[in-house]
Amino acid sequence: MLELSLKQLAAGLSAKQFSSVELTQVFLDRIAALNPQLNAFITVDRDGALAQAAAADAARAAGPVGPLAGIPIAHKDIFCTEGVLTTCGSKILSNFVSPYDATVVARLKAAGTVMLGKTNCDEFAMGSTNEHSAYGAVKNPWDVSRVPGGSSGGSAAGVAARLAPAITGTDTGGSIRQPASLCGVTGLKPTYGAVSRWGMVAYASSLDQGGPFAKSAEDCAILLNAFAGFDEKDSTSAERETEDYTRLLEKAPADPAKPLAGVRLGVPKEYFGEGLAADVREAIEAAIREMEKLGAVRVEVSLPKTELAIPAYYVIAPAEASSNLSRFDGVRYGHRAAEYRDLMDMYCKSRAEGFGREVQRRIMVGTYVLSHGYYDAYYLQALKLRRLIAEDFKAALSQCDVLLGPASPTTAWPIGQMADDPVQMYLADIYTVAINLAGLPAMSIPCGFGAGGLPVGLQMIGNYFDEARMLEIAHRFQLATDFHTKAPAL
Amino acid sequence: MSLTHDDVHRIARLARLELDEQEAAASQEKLNGIFGLIERMQAVDTTGVEPLYHPHAVAQRLREDRVSETDRRDAYQAVAPQAEDGLYLVPKVIE
Repeated sequence: MLELSLKQLAAGLSAKQFSSVELTQVFLDRIAALNPQLNAFITVDRDGALAQAAAADAARAAGPVGPLAGIPIAHKDIFCTEGVLTTCGSKILSNFVSPYDATVVARLKAAGTVMLGKTNCDEFAMGSTNEHSAYGAVKNPWDVSRVPGGSSGGSAAGVAARLAPAITGTDTGGSIRQPASLCGVTGLKPTYGAVSRWGMVAYASSLDQGGPFAKSAEDCAILLNAFAGFDEKDSTSAERETEDYTRLLEKAPADPAKPLAGVRLGVPKEYFGEGLAADVREAIEAAIREMEKLGAVRVEVSLPKTELAIPAYYVIAPAEASSNLSRFDGVRYGHRAAEYRDLMDMYCKSRAEGFGREVQRRIMVGTYVLSHGYYDAYYLQALKLRRLIAEDFKAALSQCDVLLGPASPTTAWPIGQMADDPVQMYLADIYTVAINLAGLPAMSIPCGFGAGGLPVGLQMIGNYFDEARMLEIAHRFQLATDFHTKAPAL
Repeated sequence: MSLTHDDVHRIARLARLELDEQEAAASQEKLNGIFGLIERMQAVDTTGVEPLYHPHAVAQRLREDRVSETDRRDAYQAVAPQAEDGLYLVPKVIE
């Protein structure tokens, strides 16, 4: 059952080969066996999951159900879940049980999914290694001495280790694509505005976007169908018709030998420059050649402002974070210091005790760049660069259907290597942050293995609201290759 | 640009973060490293470029002015560190 696709799981449930309770038990047992080693889950809701599974079985017995009914999933611990702990990987929310569900959670619940639990992440989604969690580092299932990437490291490691068939994540600067790449799973960050942010604890609101982790592009499309789409509770939710993200997957290609005929693959030269590890480059180049074999055409493009994306991102994201995280004040929810002199002291102590170092650093950077006298030099300058970066993408995407490149400059690195070196960690985000600044959809799909058998992910960047096309290309690549079916030995 | 020891304390205060001397020294070094990275963007001439605040240029939606949520005060205050009679309790701020 561990290796089945979402479609196969739904077929098995509907053919009564197994019940949702049996299926859920398989994953709960696997989590119990492997989580002590991987630390991918912060909370496992055994009783809740079994009750939801029993309800899903009853619903199925009573009449027709949807494609995700009875299928176990998990959520990144940054989505609010009513009645189940939501920590955001932070000590400041170590006792926070949300009084409501995030829209993504509510929609997946309505689709009949079973929630196994909540996955570990860098605190408030700030980090690229998952070492910045108050609940301990997550281990990469391919090599437990290495990081799974971040911030949605628990979600990526969880799917890679087959602890759940699908897990949600969030991506503010690469937090879905980079861990998907490092853990050898498929992960998709939708267009900004495609997935509701309501109930998804905010890091940087103009960049945050929720999305799926799963074993394949097809599974990601099925998940998006369940939770993407307009939500009036999110003021930046895109008002668009509901779309079927799987609609292009079933279409038979005109020439079965050339399923990617007519597809133009843009290859930005800046994504293959200095700093890209040789083994990653090799795997990416091989994947592009494979796509060319399938009929696609390679187009050389340029994203000249690429290297400015990191400084611009590390101004804009902390600026928004410093504002968003001001809500954690020890008054309405979360940790409050045990002793304090007055209100000001209560704020300062509660926040200093509750937030980890990386979060405190970003809050301080954000506070500074927004402060009087520095706003124009930093924040405004970053927003102007943001426009130039978005225009780069617009020009490149006018010449092709998708852009291809790495999601991470290297494969997974050893735990501890960047743990206390923020600048090195930020520089590793070179291929992902610009996409969030522009608000484009992008995904990472497994495309090979580098030195030591560590997975490499191919990043695909699509045009605004063109997820279906991107998923089609990824799906056709996955039909012709088997990288996405490989799982670590555990 | 380089942040001084006093800058770090001032920022921490603005951000409502208590910082002892040892942490301040460590933060100063790390923050200066981060600003070293950020400074690279000053090299670009952005005269005449409109700032991009948001990926999509959309106007804020308006909705009808009617009650859409039920009163769930008790549920929301159940997670507060200290609440009583429907009020959040904080240290005395007015003598």
